[in-house]
Amino acid sequence: MSDAVLERETAQETKLGIVDCDIHPAVSTPDELLGFLPQRWRSHVKDYGTRSANPLVGTLPYPRMTPGGGMRRDAWPPSGGPPASDLAFMREQLLDPLDIEYGILQPLAAGSSTLNQELGAAMCTAINDWQIDKWTGPEPRLKGSICVTQEDTTAALAEIEARAADKSFVQIAIPPRTIEPAGRRRYWPIYEAAEHHGLPVGMHSAAAGVHTNSGTGWFSFYIEEHYAFAHSLQTVLTSMVFEGVFERFPKLKLVVVEGGFAWAAPLAWRLDREWRRMRSEVPHVKRPPSEYIRENVWFTTQPIEEPENNRHLLDTLRWMGTDRLMFSTDYPHWDFDDPRYAFKVPLTPAERAAIFRDNARQVYRLA
Amino acid sequence: MGRHVVARVDEVDIGKSKLVKVAGRDIALFNVKGEFFAIANRCPHEGADLCKGQLVGLAESDEPGQYRMTRHGELVRCPWHGWEFDIRTGKSWCDPARTRVKSFDVSVANGGTVVEGPYQAEIFQVSIDEDYVVVEI
Repeated sequence: MSDAVLERETAQETKLGIVDCDIHPAVSTPDELLGFLPQRWRSHVKDYGTRSANPLVGTLPYPRMTPGGGMRRDAWPPSGGPPASDLAFMREQLLDPLDIEYGILQPLAAGSSTLNQELGAAMCTAINDWQIDKWTGPEPRLKGSICVTQEDTTAALAEIEARAADKSFVQIAIPPRTIEPAGRRRYWPIYEAAEHHGLPVGMHSAAAGVHTNSGTGWFSFYIEEHYAFAHSLQTVLTSMVFEGVFERFPKLKLVVVEGGFAWAAPLAWRLDREWRRMRSEVPHVKRPPSEYIRENVWFTTQPIEEPENNRHLLDTLRWMGTDRLMFSTDYPHWDFDDPRYAFKVPLTPAERAAIFRDNARQVYRLA
Repeated sequence: MGRHVVARVDEVDIGKSKLVKVAGRDIALFNVKGEFFAIANRCPHEGADLCKGQLVGLAESDEPGQYRMTRHGELVRCPWHGWEFDIRTGKSWCDPARTRVKSFDVSVANGGTVVEGPYQAEIFQVSIDEDYVVVEI
């Protein structure tokens, strides 16, 4: 072939049995969740709708580059309905060909960001029942997230207590864009319950939030919102470290989902630097911040960092520790990562096993 | 090297695409304003099917406040991460030297000549009354 085309990555063995830490299940029709709500809330939703802080009901704050709110264009099921609403097609396109041993569901239905807090709690309960009914029941490879209302911890605790013994669920899900910084004490009951039950708290990057995504107003572009996922999670870590959350709940497991990871080590360097100079302001933070991050926090990989020089990715992996990383696809969203091609650097078999399977198995207590 | 008959002209509408298999390769065939183009189907970034991508134009700007749209329908945008590939060269817009797909010469030939010539029609019966898309590999 005269015109050589550089193939930068090579297909890697996927027979490992992968844990995918970020799959977004969808409803087939807008009304599907209503069937899981009690009559009182079904009527309410029909009469009054649901509202979040996003001013335009039924839209995303930032319309996305592909139809359906940012979906892979090839993920629309042949049977109809939106991407990831059809279990058979999810098996055919994702679980089977990519050898996914376990997939962690991250429902983005807006129970936790519903302004009517009682409705929000009912929506969370409905979403959790729906996960069992539509996904984890029929497909044992899929594991659910206990969706809770982080701003109403009484309701959140009731939901956690009701679900904690159910092996369909492997984590508690709350969004990172909370009303107060995530380390503030109003959220501690959730962290306490999570630690008590050994359930990780998964914080998936959120499009919606009461506060603006930049901290100084709304970004102009979707390309900026996509970046905001990283700094919203950096804020979470900084707050949780300095408020003393990990000191108070030393066995708490926090999973940063879809927020990036290459920034984690430099953030920890900076937090350590400040701590050495101003430790006396926060004497309850007894150890360097990096130690809490290294012991209590895990990061999912998608959307994977893609440095100009691929090998620089290895540096970031080494800085943070490959025991901190858990593979994720973000199926069916447009920025999906394919486990066969996403890592454009050579990993040792041990590193691959850890990142693609074993770290998640351990964190989520999978078989 | 060979000339392969891969589709009837009327099978691929303007602005549409078709995945064809030629000599063991997956090739994405596109109809841009009546002209046919063929590139390797697999996106070199993470492996998505480029035949499922959207045909788009090129948005360019010399400075903030000014823009122009050119090359209407002549770039294919990957259905996953949105990498844009020039349908004529296979080169990506953002990283043309490293991230590109192979492009193939395409022509249209009448069924009559196809039946006579050194063509390989692997997929279907060729009728002398129809026009066909021919990819050179």
